[in-house]
Amino acid sequence: MNWLHDFILPKQASTLSGNIDNLFWFITAINVVFFALIAILVIHFMRKYRRKSENEVTPHITHNQTLEIVWSVIPLFLVIIIFFWGFHGYVNAQVAPANSIEIQATGKKWVWQFEYPDGMRTLNAFHVPVNRPVRLVLSSEDVIHSFFVPSFRIKKDAVPGRYTEEWFTATEPGVYQVFCTEYCGKGHSDMLAKIYVDDEAAYQKWLLEGDEEIKTMPLPELGKLVYENKGCATCHSLDGTRGQGPTWKGTWGAMHTMTDGKQIKVDENYIRESILEPQNHIVQGYEPIMPTFKGLIRDREVLGVIEYIKGLK
Amino acid sequence: MAHYAPGENYLNSPPGLWSWLSTVDHKRIGIMYLWSILFFFLIGGLMALLVRIELLTPKQTIMTAEQYNQVFTLHGAIMVFLFIIPSVPAALGNFVLPLMLGAKDVAFPKVNLMSLYIYWTGALMAVGAIVLGGIDTGWTFYTPYSTSTGGAVSLMTLAAFVLGFSSILTGVNFIATIHKLRAPGMGWFQLPLFIWSMYATALIQIMATPVLAITLLLLFMERVFHIGIFDPKLGGDPVLFQHFFWFYSHPAVYIMIVPGFAIISEIIPTFSKKTIFGYKAIAFSSVAIAIVGFLVWGHHMFVSGQSTLAGAIFSFLTFLVAIPSAVKVFNWLATMYRGSIDLRAPMLYACSFLLLFSIGGLTGLYLGAMSVDVHLHDTYFIVAHFHYVMMGGTVIAFLGGLHYWWPKMFGRMYNERLAAIACALVFVGFNVTFFTQFVLGSRGMPRRYYNYLDQFQPLHAFSTYGSWILGAGLFLTAGYLLATFRKPMDAPANPWGGKTFEWETQSPPITHNFDFDPVLLHGPYDYRPAKPRENEPVAH
Amino acid sequence: MNQSLTDVDSHGEHHADHSHDSRLQHHFATFEQQFDAAKLGMWLFLGTEILMFGGLFVGFALQQAAHPEAFVAAHHHLDKKMGALNTVVLLLSSFTMVMAVHKAKQAKRAAMTAYLLVTLACAGTFMVVKFFEYQHKFHEGLLPGAFYKVQHIGEVPNQFIFFSFYFMMTGLHGIHVLIGMILITWLVIKGRTGAFDGKWYTPVDLVGLYWHLVDLIWIYLFPLLYLIT
Repeated sequence: MNWLHDFILPKQASTLSGNIDNLFWFITAINVVFFALIAILVIHFMRKYRRKSENEVTPHITHNQTLEIVWSVIPLFLVIIIFFWGFHGYVNAQVAPANSIEIQATGKKWVWQFEYPDGMRTLNAFHVPVNRPVRLVLSSEDVIHSFFVPSFRIKKDAVPGRYTEEWFTATEPGVYQVFCTEYCGKGHSDMLAKIYVDDEAAYQKWLLEGDEEIKTMPLPELGKLVYENKGCATCHSLDGTRGQGPTWKGTWGAMHTMTDGKQIKVDENYIRESILEPQNHIVQGYEPIMPTFKGLIRDREVLGVIEYIKGLK
Repeated sequence: MAHYAPGENYLNSPPGLWSWLSTVDHKRIGIMYLWSILFFFLIGGLMALLVRIELLTPKQTIMTAEQYNQVFTLHGAIMVFLFIIPSVPAALGNFVLPLMLGAKDVAFPKVNLMSLYIYWTGALMAVGAIVLGGIDTGWTFYTPYSTSTGGAVSLMTLAAFVLGFSSILTGVNFIATIHKLRAPGMGWFQLPLFIWSMYATALIQIMATPVLAITLLLLFMERVFHIGIFDPKLGGDPVLFQHFFWFYSHPAVYIMIVPGFAIISEIIPTFSKKTIFGYKAIAFSSVAIAIVGFLVWGHHMFVSGQSTLAGAIFSFLTFLVAIPSAVKVFNWLATMYRGSIDLRAPMLYACSFLLLFSIGGLTGLYLGAMSVDVHLHDTYFIVAHFHYVMMGGTVIAFLGGLHYWWPKMFGRMYNERLAAIACALVFVGFNVTFFTQFVLGSRGMPRRYYNYLDQFQPLHAFSTYGSWILGAGLFLTAGYLLATFRKPMDAPANPWGGKTFEWETQSPPITHNFDFDPVLLHGPYDYRPAKPRENEPVAH
Repeated sequence: MNQSLTDVDSHGEHHADHSHDSRLQHHFATFEQQFDAAKLGMWLFLGTEILMFGGLFVGFALQQAAHPEAFVAAHHHLDKKMGALNTVVLLLSSFTMVMAVHKAKQAKRAAMTAYLLVTLACAGTFMVVKFFEYQHKFHEGLLPGAFYKVQHIGEVPNQFIFFSFYFMMTGLHGIHVLIGMILITWLVIKGRTGAFDGKWYTPVDLVGLYWHLVDLIWIYLFPLLYLIT
């Protein structure tokens, strides 16, 4: 029957999947039995009692109290079992173990942002170690989204204005699909994400060095990704509009005057310094509000930003 | 005694369009409702076919994502508000209920006409909303998406608000009619079960719909005046909308299915020529469903962030409300046992109902179980479940009732052979379309998805082919039913051997329903051979 | 059952063989049956109105629980005296309505009309007082939702939520008062021709029931909005 299980349900990849699937099959067994009973009786009666003449007289059977009780009590007994089993499984899935790795997952049309305790942020994908509990703290920046991982059998709405949570312990390394599963507009069916479950060593390596993708993506493309994901876009425009910070359009190679009167050319060093130690030099006419990205940005990502800015004429 | 010319009936007398538009005859009002809801069934059905065609392939097949989002929203909104909720009560119910009670009309005929005009007003507003920008929120209008998205959401919200009053007035009318206009001798336990079910439905209509009305009003006010109830940016709670919405919309699904139960309770005894088994069980189960149905709304919200305790209460009550429905199915089966079964179209539909509604109800068990629901919620499993109960249940029962009362309403018999073929097409097509969707859902395919992963494509395609078979069956049905209008009105008063009052008057009935005073002489499902009684008038 | 079933009816197809009170609709056997049905229908409808307003009361309660200081601060802007005056006016109008129904049943046309007119006057007074209250709020910028005046530093935030509910609830109630006024006016006009007597005074009774509901809703609104602490 394994083929049937694999056809109907996704791979089991968390500690929660097994119990849920067992209940699923228990209900299926009950359903098959009851449906078979009903179907067989319907078809059998349609054939056996088919009207043969217009004068047939049928027995006047009005009711049977015993039967009513039996076919009320037996289903009642079965559904109560299902209720407790389901309730128990649900409660288990609500309370994350104390030593869980906590990851913030925020939905916004139409991407998932993840943030680790050390402040590292990723987009549409994140890594977790196998066999360790992970607690996802969910929220949304706009409308209700929902974070669904079929293989882990978990799902929870991400609601704007509050936090919800779900947790899992992955049992097998691999890549697992995440779907947004609360309708949220045009990009709803593209609001996908991936969970990379690594063995412990690979996970630690990733924490230090980041995604393979980041190592191989062409630098300007990487820079654009960083611009979008790490919040640069909040203050720096690409089209010349003045924001909280200077626009990046045409800034490469330009001479800026700082608040202390110094004139600095926008080159590799200046950009690196602006990201890692922004308070050192503030362009005249702007406030000293840019936060440092030390620890929040990898070296190759800085290079990517530099290359990206070069191309913004 | 007859003051009517031969051949005179409620359809042809009085003549003229204005006499129809100003009528207070419940039969004429029922017929006007019937054509209206069938029209919207067609529109909603075409939307469904478009959705399925788009889903033949991932990404774009025939429309863009924005268009798809509008089409599935309109499919749902039209089917729920403009078709299924009024279908049995306002169309078939209006026609049959007074006849079954031995009454000349409903309690408030003018209010009945008003409720039709309110329906038409709401329908016009809905059509306006479709044309003036459309809606893409899903029929459930969840906030804050619905308070922030563009389109004609405000107008559609008002349209649904208006339609709600049509439903409320029908409910008020039916309750008063059932209480006050029964024929002499017809006590509560001599009522046909159709009446018991319509009574339960009417109770739900009047208790639940006002809450929808206020929910829609609040949604409208939030959208237009930003009052701060559902939008978190304004200090509101988006999950509160879900509570308000489902407080109506869960009972609403019982407004949809309980009338279906009503029809099945009539067809099965008649076409088994055998008294109904478990009359009181079936009668009380309808009322039990109506009451408990108000207490389970949170089973739509197990993953919304509501408290575990609330979820547990809702889950437990959900399992309780399943039992009366199961009891009905068993009682209907027991009615067929040792019956004399006539397999003409109404009975074919009733038997289809038993199978399809059972699947729908049994799959509800997965969804009432909290832990399993977490996996299945908002996937195609849900879509399959509600189509099995709403379409495999209500629509199939509606079609059965339509065939059952067609000779009474229009005085003509339809072609039984074509009806059997169409029923088979509908049955097969329906299962191919929707059983497939259970598997799509359990495998993780989310609902309301325009694009999808390649691995889901074979199942999606299979489901779409099913929709073509289903559509063919429905179009065939429309064809042979409409073709009856080319035949003379020669249907007998009682083609099926029914024992309820509507079969004691001509087909179609005269305007005043009966040219005698109906008095109850036997129970509605008494198929025992009539014993001659001394000094008692025969029924007619 | 001796009554002929093909009497004069509102369809107008078959004409009476004998005289028949046209106030008894053709599908009812007796006036009593017709009146009972009408009353039942009206009570059911009023039940739906209670459920509809109930939704607003629930929403108000939930938002009050979520923003207690805002609600307390906001309600101080309401004039308790005007609210109390309106309450007295509506209670009086309910009494005069009861008297009107009583007189209708006794076929005392002049007395019924007088009581109906006093009821109408009370309703009118209510609306005028309401108008002044609303006008005051408009002046102060105490408006629902997005139209609320700009908050000053030091003011309790989110008071606009209270005013959203204030206007929605009193507004919906006010619409019902206006509808009631139209219905009462119709009764006055219809009553002039001596249409109501002990056999048939149904419309007066039903409008009376409706009016009592309108009064009852205000009885709940007044303390909830004006007097909470």
